[in-house]
Amino acid sequence: MISPLILRDTLRGLRAAGLPVAFFLIAATLFPFAVGPDARLLAKAGGGMLWLAALLASLLPIERLVAPDADAGVLDQFAARGIADEGIAAAKIAAHWLSFGPPLMLAALPGAALLGLDAPTLGRLEASLAIGTPALAALGVTVAALTVGLRGSGALAGLVLLPLAVPLLIFGAGALEPANAQALKLLAATALLLTFGAPFAAGAALRSLRD
Amino acid sequence: MLALRDVACLRGDRLLFEGLSLTVAAGEALVVTGPNGVGKSSLLRIAAGLLRPSAGTVERAGRVAWLGEAAALDGDRTLGEALRFWAKLDGTRPEVATEAMGIAHLARVPVRYLSTGQRRRSAIARTVASGAPLWLLDEPANGLDTEGIDRLGDAIRAHRKAGGSIVTATHLPLPIDDAENLVLDGILA
Repeated sequence: MISPLILRDTLRGLRAAGLPVAFFLIAATLFPFAVGPDARLLAKAGGGMLWLAALLASLLPIERLVAPDADAGVLDQFAARGIADEGIAAAKIAAHWLSFGPPLMLAALPGAALLGLDAPTLGRLEASLAIGTPALAALGVTVAALTVGLRGSGALAGLVLLPLAVPLLIFGAGALEPANAQALKLLAATALLLTFGAPFAAGAALRSLRD
Repeated sequence: MLALRDVACLRGDRLLFEGLSLTVAAGEALVVTGPNGVGKSSLLRIAAGLLRPSAGTVERAGRVAWLGEAAALDGDRTLGEALRFWAKLDGTRPEVATEAMGIAHLARVPVRYLSTGQRRRSAIARTVASGAPLWLLDEPANGLDTEGIDRLGDAIRAHRKAGGSIVTATHLPLPIDDAENLVLDGILA
């Protein structure tokens, strides 16, 4: 019942995946202009900068995650078929991650090259993005479901999501330090909590849309 | 097929109706009429399980097919793909239904290029293809031309002959034989 939903949303998401990826790469390109061409500084701060860019890029797709389906009556059709709201939320989270996480991890390769990150740091960045982006996707869908139909929902979504993503940013960027093996575990714990809690929060938000 | 007992509907602080009971048996059709804002759509949404009644109980025997105001078809897909997505969820195929609604030739056209009436026919085709025994149709004739309304009437007749039931809220007269009528007059509001 759920796999056609994931497929549909993934295809829709991939068609629009260029935008967050382009944003991510432009942010990575702008960083050296802001802090100057000091290669050592860029290599040291670049990983954290890429994590921040990933976080900000995750805000871009939020408006198209739930609102179009709510407007088009698609969510009503799911509900009339007895599909649980939590299932719909989980499908949307999985689809959003599939169309957003891997492209971002690919874009981190040229991003890391632009900032002169060394290979071990790049490896740790990819690992922390692999662990952190599902949680970013889960937060994105939850916030999208919470802000459907509100005026200025795009800006509001950013205000709601960014504070919730602070632990991901701290542990994600923290995991880039070679001596900081605990950060990756804390990132994993945070991401696990967010990713598996989000379908219930987002599902409740979807249910309240119908009242 | 459908049984509502002592159902009440509260929207905001407005009581639309209360103590409403009705049953729809296999092969029956119920036409709900009444002025705008009296709660026809809310009644249908309650029957579909999309809205929780403020009081009372709702029983449905099997699956329902919901036809609401919005077509719920993805604009960037072709009509054939968009209908196949829903048919896959329902475990059916849409081809016979699109033929019956006279939109089979539009299968390769992206949904965003379709007119209001063509979208409405497509949404009806999804309802027909769903195979659900109970159809809940909210203003099904909106945007349809006379030929479309005739095709809708034929689809409803065939559905009832096969033992299905319908509940519809409508302002436009529909070609439905020996239907039960429920007039919501809003004396409560």
